[in-house]
Amino acid sequence: MAGLPGLFAGTANAAWELNLQAPATDLARRVYDLHSLLLWVIVVIFVGVFAVVAYSLVFHRKSKGHKAADFHDNTTVEIAWTVIPTLILIAIAFPATSTLVQMRDTSQPDMTIKVTGYQWKWGYEYVTGDAAGVKYMSVLSTPRDQIENKVPKGEHYLLEVDRPLVVPVGKKVRLLLTSSDVIHNWSVPAFAVKTDAVPGFLRDTWFRAEKEGTYRGQCSELCGKDHGFMPVVVEVVSAEKYAAWTADQKKAMAAVADDPAKVWKLDELVARGEKVYTANCAACHQPNGQGLPPAFPALDGSKIAKGPKAAHLDMVIKGKPGTAMAAFGAQLSDTDIAAVVAYERNAWNNKLGEVIQPAEVKALRGK
Amino acid sequence: MQASQHAAHAGHHEDDSHGHGPTGLMRWITTTNHKDIGSMYLWFSFAMFLVGGAMSLIIRTELLSPGLQYLSPEFYNQMLTLHALIMVFGAIMPAFVGFANWMIPMMIGAPDMAFARMNNWSFWLLPPAAILLTASLFVPGGAAGTGWTLYPPLSIQMGIGMDMAIFAVHILGMSSIMGSINIITTILNMRTPGMTLMKMPLFCWTWLVTAFLLIASMPILAGAVTMLLTDRHFGTSFFNAAGGGDPVLFQHIFWFFGHPEVYIIALPAFGVVSHVIPAFSRKHLFGYTSMVYAIAAIGLISFFVWAHHMYVTGIPLTGQLYFMYATMLIAIPTGVKVFNWVTTMWRGSLTFETPMLFALGFLVLFTIGGLTGLVLAMTAVDIQLQDTYYVVAHFHYVMVAGALFSAYAGLYYWLPKWTGHMYNEGLGKLHFWLSMIFFNIAFFPQHFLGLAGMPRRIPDYAQQFADFNMISSIGSFGFGFSQLLVLVVVFQAMKGGAKAEARPWDGARGLEWTVPSPAPHHTFEEPPPFDPAEAHG
Repeated sequence: MAGLPGLFAGTANAAWELNLQAPATDLARRVYDLHSLLLWVIVVIFVGVFAVVAYSLVFHRKSKGHKAADFHDNTTVEIAWTVIPTLILIAIAFPATSTLVQMRDTSQPDMTIKVTGYQWKWGYEYVTGDAAGVKYMSVLSTPRDQIENKVPKGEHYLLEVDRPLVVPVGKKVRLLLTSSDVIHNWSVPAFAVKTDAVPGFLRDTWFRAEKEGTYRGQCSELCGKDHGFMPVVVEVVSAEKYAAWTADQKKAMAAVADDPAKVWKLDELVARGEKVYTANCAACHQPNGQGLPPAFPALDGSKIAKGPKAAHLDMVIKGKPGTAMAAFGAQLSDTDIAAVVAYERNAWNNKLGEVIQPAEVKALRGK
Repeated sequence: MQASQHAAHAGHHEDDSHGHGPTGLMRWITTTNHKDIGSMYLWFSFAMFLVGGAMSLIIRTELLSPGLQYLSPEFYNQMLTLHALIMVFGAIMPAFVGFANWMIPMMIGAPDMAFARMNNWSFWLLPPAAILLTASLFVPGGAAGTGWTLYPPLSIQMGIGMDMAIFAVHILGMSSIMGSINIITTILNMRTPGMTLMKMPLFCWTWLVTAFLLIASMPILAGAVTMLLTDRHFGTSFFNAAGGGDPVLFQHIFWFFGHPEVYIIALPAFGVVSHVIPAFSRKHLFGYTSMVYAIAAIGLISFFVWAHHMYVTGIPLTGQLYFMYATMLIAIPTGVKVFNWVTTMWRGSLTFETPMLFALGFLVLFTIGGLTGLVLAMTAVDIQLQDTYYVVAHFHYVMVAGALFSAYAGLYYWLPKWTGHMYNEGLGKLHFWLSMIFFNIAFFPQHFLGLAGMPRRIPDYAQQFADFNMISSIGSFGFGFSQLLVLVVVFQAMKGGAKAEARPWDGARGLEWTVPSPAPHHTFEEPPPFDPAEAHG
């Protein structure tokens, strides 16, 4: 079967793909070759064993008058079929070991990016290199209507995000992985990268992409309701494009930075809050605020959303341990938290007419 | 179900010269007879097999085409979790305990199991556990949606359905441990004079090792889920980094149970096949001694390979290397077993009744599953395939094809002994061929899906995976509905059909074939004489 990929190689998304995805790094190529080697080994063993079985089935059957021989031990063959597999295994162990050693060598990276798993999106933060300081969330961009079969599905259905991870070609990129809630797994098959993001711990992995292009993967550890809807997309670009992208990001970050002293009016706050709500809250609490009880409670008319402001802010900032309600304090800015809480307290039937200023959030965070 | 069990045993009443207290439902609740209890285990496991199977068909219906059609993602997760828990703990394990109850006393010439009352209790713990698991679907929040591995912190987020699953696991564990103590004691103390351990039928050997694996591993699982419970409700932080714990600790503990569990399921299956292949080859089993050593070696090594399920969790390189080499070692005794079965057939006088067909199906499919296991043992390749459909294909080849096909081989092999009637050979063969063909249609394409990168446990998938998923779903429907045939075959054999002789298979050896068919309610009240040449296949 190792010979087949040539036949079936087409686009990376060929529907009848029979083998591993086309490798895009040196490491992935080694893994690909190791798998091909193993495939040949197991095919040869299988054919060898079942050729013997087939011979028996055809020639040693009672209906052909074959009489059963009477033997039930043979030390020589028993030693042979213990020793030969052992030798095969030892032979395989060499390439398997060296590939693995290469896979785990995260030393001397050209740049480091911190990856944080959230239910159900990825957070990227450039730690070193030109883009140090750039950070953003990467969320599935496939429209809900495609998932619910109301409109035709796009080419990259479920494998597309609003903001991919952008890295320069040919550079050794080290990833530091962690999670804010449950265990996730960041995986890109073309890079042979798949590493758990464990809450409270840092793991690392690396890749060095050889060609520009877009590479896609998915979360590979069951992480709850929308596990199937948090893809990984990596955009590998040339050094020039990467420099331009970095400059853009820094400019954009400066532009959107909110003036902490600004006093917000109710309608602008609610408009901003609705966007924050859609991106962060609607997956569980639903766009109509009805939630999916009992796991994901309704916000429309809820005790917290209609109760004291401070308790509501506290829930959003600190989350509720032991449930899927994450602590958004680290994910969202003061302004975003003020906006989303104001939105929740004024949307649907919760028409409290309250304004919340970012300064109030800042004050609460201190406590 | 109760009525059908009665029908199953109508024959036994006639043979029973002793009478035994209560009748009707109470007979089954109070029975201490190993044959009654064996039958109850087998019926229970078949009922659970249908429930778990129905869940898998719900899953495959959703996966028939891309997009969310029928299920919400949360319900999908609950289905895949319950499917696995019910199939592993409710269907496959009780099925082989059922075989053990029926056959071990009859194979070693014992009148019953060593602890007959505890045997009753072992069985009657199962229905409450099954009710807890299935009822958890209907509580607020639904069943656990974590996968059968119950990894925290996800399992900490679940509702009360998770607690029900935890208690179900506790109860199932107790049942398994009691059953294991019973089996070990029976085998070690109650063999007929002259039957030394190395002359014992191989099915008993596989169960002896399995029972030790169960006793060593079930308390580990019970500990793991108890820690989950206290993390959930009593403020402990075993698995919570914020409190000084570690989520990955759970995975180590779980798989320290979970890997031996794989062999708890596989070893008795090896045992059954080691009876069926010699019987229909009309030859002795090749390499009996090496088979025993291979079983013991597999049992032992199974405790030293657990972290090969955790290559992507960030365990150190040295850990990955050690677990890779240890896992590769398992291929050697497993290979020995396959070669022994193949050589048993060599120059035999083969016939292909249904038990033999299922044993051959087992041999082919289990070998495929074993070989893909060798691929997965290589850490670097496993990291590409971990959590993809390749793994799903791999473990269904070893679990369904390995354990289920072997259980069917045993069912058809011993059914004449149990019911006193020959089953319908035509229907049996039809059942085999439909199972064999549809199983491969359902699961072989999943290797390709996994290689191409489709993650497991997702309710919806990208469009390049659509074609193979549709094939797989069609195969699973065919496989699922084919299994209803076995019900027809068993009912027919219970109701009537050609009378079975004491030894309906001319190549079969072993003490169980020296008693009449159907086996009387009580057998071997006196230890039978022992002929080493006829002791086992």
